[in-house]
Amino acid sequence: MLRSLPSSFKKVNMIFIYFAIICGAVVMSTPFLYMVSTSLKEHAYSIQFDPGLIPSDPSFINYETAWETSNFQLYFKNSLFVSLISVVLVVLVSAMMAYGFARFEFPGKEIIFFTILLVLMVPNMVGLIPQFLLAKNLGLRNSLWGLILFYVAGMVPFNTFLLRGFFETLPRELEDAVLIDGGSYFTIFTNVVIPLSTPALATISIFSFLAFWDEFILALTFVDDVSKRTLPIAIALLHGQHGTDWGLVFAASLIAVIPVIIVFVSLQRYFVSGLTSGAFRR
Amino acid sequence: MNLTLRSRKISTAYVFILPGLLLFLVFVIYPLAKAFQMSFYEWSIMPDQPDTFIGFDNYTRAFADPIVRLSLKNTILYTLITVPGQLILSLFVALLMNQIIKGKIILRTLYYLPVITSWVIVSLLFKYIFQSPKGVLNDLLVNVFHLIPEPIPWLRDTPSAFYPIWSLGIWKGIGWAMVIFLAALQTIPQELYEAAAIDGANAWRRMTNITLPLIRPTFVFILVVLMIGGLNVFISIVLITDGGPLQRTEVILSYMYHQAFNFLDFGYGAALSFILAALIIVLSFLQIRFLRKPEEIM
Repeated sequence: MLRSLPSSFKKVNMIFIYFAIICGAVVMSTPFLYMVSTSLKEHAYSIQFDPGLIPSDPSFINYETAWETSNFQLYFKNSLFVSLISVVLVVLVSAMMAYGFARFEFPGKEIIFFTILLVLMVPNMVGLIPQFLLAKNLGLRNSLWGLILFYVAGMVPFNTFLLRGFFETLPRELEDAVLIDGGSYFTIFTNVVIPLSTPALATISIFSFLAFWDEFILALTFVDDVSKRTLPIAIALLHGQHGTDWGLVFAASLIAVIPVIIVFVSLQRYFVSGLTSGAFRR
Repeated sequence: MNLTLRSRKISTAYVFILPGLLLFLVFVIYPLAKAFQMSFYEWSIMPDQPDTFIGFDNYTRAFADPIVRLSLKNTILYTLITVPGQLILSLFVALLMNQIIKGKIILRTLYYLPVITSWVIVSLLFKYIFQSPKGVLNDLLVNVFHLIPEPIPWLRDTPSAFYPIWSLGIWKGIGWAMVIFLAALQTIPQELYEAAAIDGANAWRRMTNITLPLIRPTFVFILVVLMIGGLNVFISIVLITDGGPLQRTEVILSYMYHQAFNFLDFGYGAALSFILAALIIVLSFLQIRFLRKPEEIM
């Protein structure tokens, strides 16, 4: 009898905990439920529009319209192109730079690294005006490669900072073995460091991909040419048009979210480990 | 021999850092330095016309500008509301989540979905929810729960025009802070709690004497990151109110953007962004300095 008391108390406690967590999860998900529901409603801009959660006559017409009209597939391709190439470049460049910082002594090392840390604190938008002028002078406005260069450069500081911390934890013995065998530091980098760092590299790839896929401010500022738009701009402009068709906006948004969900669900373990290990090593 | 080996090592090092360093210098550092310079000029948008050095005029103008004061106030108010909101809710959820085993991954994912969805999409979503008269919130309040007789035009006036912006800020950030709190909670050795329970410490005492002190560095880390994010609020403002009605929901970055790219006042825009950068750097250093114990700093 005495023993069952704490256990039944524990059970009630557990029920309360689950109840609270699930209530919270419902609140967190409700806006998304409305997004999906609205995307299934035709003519979501009309006077008779019913904002209720359950669509009376659900249809996928908005998805078809979004996918088929106004260059949407082109914008999807643009976003994919910019994000994927930027990810490859930023991972390569940051890994090289981080390895340089983790394993070598060279003049200027401290000042460069301190500058990187300082820049991490400065809002990205502080440099926006000169970045705009620079892009204009270099002919990089209205160019996907222009966006790529600015995107990669913008993510280099953070990724370098994360990877340097990770590389410093790698054992040096393997690297020494390569050197004794007559290999160079570049052999070490490609044959030892990169293979040993897959989890860390996966983590920065995911975070960088999401940042590039969702990037709004630079794309908004740099790109006027309709054919060079990326998805966030296209979606924001779908809304800006008079008498917003919310069904269409959210259908387009949900299509844009698909790659993000795929990346997140398939690589979730890297996601969490990345947030929790590298992100705030002290 | 040693000398050549050393200089060879140094040149190898430069080969490794050079691509990243060049990109960093050209596309990040140069624009930042240039922005600093521009903030002291009446910047001409015509390439062939000279820019005029005006010293601190852009800065004195900013501090006398009533919209700057209002934007600063709105930016700080956003931070003061959303940062504690995210901290408290995410810590609460993390403490609960730390007790459960079944369904943890799916529940964690539901809290995390807003974090991975783009600011553009969730800003539009919250604008839609708060629109009037046919918005989701008005529909719920008027037709479903019968709490108010008439739809409220949320976006037409302050402070209600801030409600979608504040609630979005909190809703979007909870999942991120929760995951990090959860990781910190999992590093606390279970024996500490068992020992405390044997000594007769109740749940509240265990919380205040074990859990909170041990996650303190994580708490400070999250506080600093959220504060920087809060002061950087921009996309949700631009997409939900665009600073309106009558510039009353303008924040520093939206006002900077409007000054620079609608009125082409680049020097003034640059000065505004440096005021924000200075505020962020000073506050971050102060928080790290005063909230972390000396042995915890870096």
